[in-house]
Amino acid sequence: MKIIVAIKQVPARDSQLRVDSAGKWIQTSGLSFEINEPDAYALEAALQLKEKNGGEVLALCAGPAGASQTIREALAKGADRALHIEDDTLNDLDTLAVSRLLAKAAAAENPDLILTGLQSDDLGYGQTGVVIAELLGMPHATLIMEVEKKDAAVRVKRELEDGWFQHVELPLPAVLTIQSGISKLRYATLMGIKRAKTKEVKRLTAADLGVELQPTITIDRVYAPVRTKQTQILEGSAKEAAAKLVEKLKFEVRVL
Amino acid sequence: MSGILVITQQKNRMSAETLAAGQQLGAALNLPVSAAVIGTSDAGEFADKKLDHIYTVDDPLLKAYTPDGYTAALEQLIRLKKPQFVLLPHTYQVRDFAPKLATRFQQVLVSDVVDFRAAPGSVVMVRQLFQGKLNADVKFGGEAPYFASLQAGAFRAENAVRADTPVSVESVPVQLDASKIRSRPEEPFREAQRAVDLTAASIIVSVGRGIREKENIPMVEELAKVMGAELAASRPICDNGWLPMERQVGSSGQTVAPKVYIAVGISGAIQHLVGMKGAKTIVAINKDANAPIFEVADYGIVGDLFEVVPALIEEVKKAKG
Ligand SMILES: Cc1cc2nc3c(=O)[nH]c(=O)nc-3n(C[C@H](O)[C@H](O)[C@H](O)COP(=O)(O)OP(=O)(O)OC[C@H]3O[C@@H](n4cnc5c(N)ncnc54)[C@H](O)[C@@H]3O)c2cc1C
Ligand SMILES: Nc1ncnc2c1ncn2[C@@H]1O[C@H](COP(=O)(O)O)[C@@H](O)[C@H]1O
Repeated sequence: MKIIVAIKQVPARDSQLRVDSAGKWIQTSGLSFEINEPDAYALEAALQLKEKNGGEVLALCAGPAGASQTIREALAKGADRALHIEDDTLNDLDTLAVSRLLAKAAAAENPDLILTGLQSDDLGYGQTGVVIAELLGMPHATLIMEVEKKDAAVRVKRELEDGWFQHVELPLPAVLTIQSGISKLRYATLMGIKRAKTKEVKRLTAADLGVELQPTITIDRVYAPVRTKQTQILEGSAKEAAAKLVEKLKFEVRVL
Repeated sequence: MSGILVITQQKNRMSAETLAAGQQLGAALNLPVSAAVIGTSDAGEFADKKLDHIYTVDDPLLKAYTPDGYTAALEQLIRLKKPQFVLLPHTYQVRDFAPKLATRFQQVLVSDVVDFRAAPGSVVMVRQLFQGKLNADVKFGGEAPYFASLQAGAFRAENAVRADTPVSVESVPVQLDASKIRSRPEEPFREAQRAVDLTAASIIVSVGRGIREKENIPMVEELAKVMGAELAASRPICDNGWLPMERQVGSSGQTVAPKVYIAVGISGAIQHLVGMKGAKTIVAINKDANAPIFEVADYGIVGDLFEVVPALIEEVKKAKG
């Protein structure tokens, strides 16, 4: 089974974000980056499927040159090869334009399965996998917690709201968007890191893929949300703040 | 192209919120608002709302939800009625099919919208970036229809305007082909009965990724114990297996409304907030003064939880004598 995993590089989780001077995105200089969290789970799911059923795992990433670090990590964890669509202007694009790039690059590999994360931590559109499926004419399922390979099909467990689940069977080739927590993540071994250096990373551009980088929807302005709620911040040292909180809980909220 | 079409999901309270938002957008743009009900010919709970039309789209192939079936049916409805805007509730089901539907029209769904500013000729959708840390104004482009899905709780269902005259309900026939529906859905199910019922707790102490390691969980556990509280968690804590799934609060976990909810090292992503916003009093302990959790908190301590939590345990013990 040939599996493509779409991985995105996003600013590290605890980054202090600042809006850039144009007011259309964040300042990216000085930030550290990491793999988008659900994508790490998508990669894990792909590696486990390969271990069980054989085949090949390809990491697919569209991003600036600096994304190669995240790609290397995926290779170190066990992906066999990678496709890097190198572009610095992706933040100006929308899901459809990025999905066209990813779909075009994926299609050339004739995969049996394409896995994406269910949502990116930066843009948070939660759509790219579904749009890729539509562009490629493949069936899809979202919010996946388990994947079981059948003959020419997969049976997956979808998460629904409020603790409900559902099994769905889909013919291959198909696209799945993977939810976090699907299984425990592995670490890259020293051996893996060494091997990653020899693995193939194919670099592509939008021009190579014949995709026009034209957004349909546009981000007009990025800004800090205006707080509507008045939070009472309890100041002081940890001890003072804790004492103030206990007083509030005891005399105002009356729960202690 | 004209008018606003609200696509509802049966038995989902977010549909009424989206309807109210649709009416608001309609009022701002001077456009008529209609609603679509899928998989039934019963207009049900929407029949008493002020709407231009209710379209029911029913077919045996829409009884069980599939992205192929829903996309095909809604594509036909939209091509027939030609709305300028299509609004949907941002439910898990909508996440599953709406991006596909929008792609059919060479459009991009503006997903998880929290607000909009609209005047004739200018519509701006507001959505969150970076898990609620920043907001973005988004503008539509290309040819209508324009698609947006609305975040849970962002608009108030009570604001929906009721009809003074009965709304016309029109059944819209669609042509669906069973062979084009590729996924085989089985019956939804719930995992074994939950051993923990967080909904009954009057105080909840909830822990998030700020706790860093499994070895630190007992500290928060102790805080819960001295307060007589139930222990809960955000998703990553349960994903990592540090606490069982049944203690997860949020859109895919439990929805709780205790007297007091103390969020320790939780950032306040919307999927967590929807599960605990209903708490009477919310306390947030977080080292980041800009964390979105402070958007809903009544009391906040900006500081290191590894200092604040032990201090809090001491103070609670003192207060309880
Ligand atoms: C479809 C879907 C469903 C989801 N369902 C759920 C759900 O049901 N429940 C849920 O919780 N999430 C859910 N999520 C995930 C959600 O989007 C967030 O990723 C998650 O809630 C983040 O958890 P967190 O706040 O614990 O972690 P983070 O976002 O990593 O936040 C950690 C916080 O701890 C603070 N911190 C760090 N160190 C310290 C310290 N020493 N002292 C004090 N503060 C500190 C940081 O400032 C930060 O604010 C879902 C996501 C999706 C897409
Ligand atoms: N630039 C990208 N490169 C690779 N994968 C991506 C990219 N953008 C989005 N994805 C994938 O699509 C998923 C959903 O992203 P989004 O639709 O932005 O929420 C992510 O979890 C990734 O798996």
